[in-house]
Amino acid sequence: MDALVATYSRSALEDEGYSSDEHQELIQAKPSLSLNFVLPPMQNPSAFLRALTDDHANPNCPIKLAHGTTTLAFRFQGGIIVATDSRASAGDWIASQTVKKVIEINNCLLGTMAGGAAPEKDCQYWLAYLGMQCRLHELRHKRRISVAAASKILSNLVYSYKGMGLSMGTMCAGVTPQEGPALYYIDSEGTRLAGNLFCVGSGQTFAYGVLDAEYHYNLTEEEALELGSRSILAATHRDAFSGGFINLYHVKEDGWVKHGFRDTNPIFWKTKLEKGEFSNVTANL
Amino acid sequence: MASLLGSNTTLTSNPSYSFSQAPHNNAAAGSKEHSFYPYTDNGGSTLGITGNDFAIIAGDTRSTSGYSINTRYSPKVFRIGGDDETGEGAHIMLSVVGFAADGTALKERLNAIVKMYKYQHGKKMSVKACAQRLATILYGKRFFPYYVTAILGGLDEDGKGALYSYDPVGSYEREQCRAAGAAASLIMPFLDNQVNFKNQYLPGTGEGHDLQARQAEPLPRHQVEQLVRDAFTSATERHIEVGDGLQILVLTKEGVEEAFFHLKRD
Repeated sequence: MDALVATYSRSALEDEGYSSDEHQELIQAKPSLSLNFVLPPMQNPSAFLRALTDDHANPNCPIKLAHGTTTLAFRFQGGIIVATDSRASAGDWIASQTVKKVIEINNCLLGTMAGGAAPEKDCQYWLAYLGMQCRLHELRHKRRISVAAASKILSNLVYSYKGMGLSMGTMCAGVTPQEGPALYYIDSEGTRLAGNLFCVGSGQTFAYGVLDAEYHYNLTEEEALELGSRSILAATHRDAFSGGFINLYHVKEDGWVKHGFRDTNPIFWKTKLEKGEFSNVTANL
Repeated sequence: MASLLGSNTTLTSNPSYSFSQAPHNNAAAGSKEHSFYPYTDNGGSTLGITGNDFAIIAGDTRSTSGYSINTRYSPKVFRIGGDDETGEGAHIMLSVVGFAADGTALKERLNAIVKMYKYQHGKKMSVKACAQRLATILYGKRFFPYYVTAILGGLDEDGKGALYSYDPVGSYEREQCRAAGAAASLIMPFLDNQVNFKNQYLPGTGEGHDLQARQAEPLPRHQVEQLVRDAFTSATERHIEVGDGLQILVLTKEGVEEAFFHLKRD
């Protein structure tokens, strides 16, 4: 009888200590490339996660994750402009004013981060993962990956996690010899769109307002950079979840060039006092 | 009786059942899941500041749940990659605030990984690599997060102080200073002003919009230590979950030095 019981029961301390996965992790020199995520031990893991982290549905949720953003990217005759703000807010709290929302995937591909619940890390992690996949593609095929292919790797990947609670709205911008300048919008719902102009995030409408009014394909480089910066400035002015610094990039045929990470406050006053814009704001101290 | 066995009615009205006799909830009748809430907020606060050749991470030592104090000495700041359990020889520091059990689990896991790295590669893990590794550990639990805010400190390849701050799912950034935990909203504005000189202007450089902003520069160690102590004494005055003791870890190229100061215990 004891033998029978021993065969069909598990000892009380079996799950104590390191699990085989954890043990494997310690033995391996590098973290594994397969994506093994820990799930809460219950039937509906995504509802659990939502209850804990979604401050829109539950303002008293215990884990506040950063969100709120304005990002934009547009194609023009001289390449692609990518611009973002740098604020991360968790509820009412400004968690950081210095977030790098443009992610340098490699020297000619850029990604941006925006989204709903925890876009910062979802984008940081998955764009880094995309960078790895792009490098592997280069090594296997002896040529650089196209922006279309790279964006599709990302969209297929996030689509496989649909409904689990990932939250990202990202733009992939790059220039390749086959495609020329190419711009894609990918989000965690599974959308993947090619286009000339996108704004993503809580401040997208404000950025679209400025960008749509002034945009045309034959902008000079200088005009395009100014327009990208000005659109983000408009969004930081009207959207409470956007602010901090303006992060500006220009993607050209031979790779991207960074055009500064500049504080919005002096730019705002310069725009107002020198160009006479924002005349609804008083300059008197 | 059969109807009782098949339903999910509560059995509290019938005291004659022992647990082993209680009817099992079979799947055919539909399973019921009780709310699963594995987290507690243990309060407390941590903060980290870097200088030219050092990094400081500090945390108070009070541990609470709700309005009760569990203990007055439960460290939140740890040495990572030390040779033995005392942490001697460590070259990285980690602070965790939030749910203490997750914090301990995270610390143990990172510590084991940093040690294994040393044994396998015959060299110490760089802070940059450790920072990236910590982010992947946290993201590995994206769908069941570690309920912690972590700060990692060390010295970079050039010997300069390096500080990385994290959110619960591993979003990270290198910074000059960061406060985390219950009193982050009290301490962080003070740090913005005193470490990064935010909203400080140079007198006599102009009028109104022409005033020049004061540029941030790395602070000397004694001044940073004083700022840390001021931040925590002030946070103790205004936050119920902060107090009892202040643990400060200072990392220089000579190694980690630890200091302990009492905070108000009320």
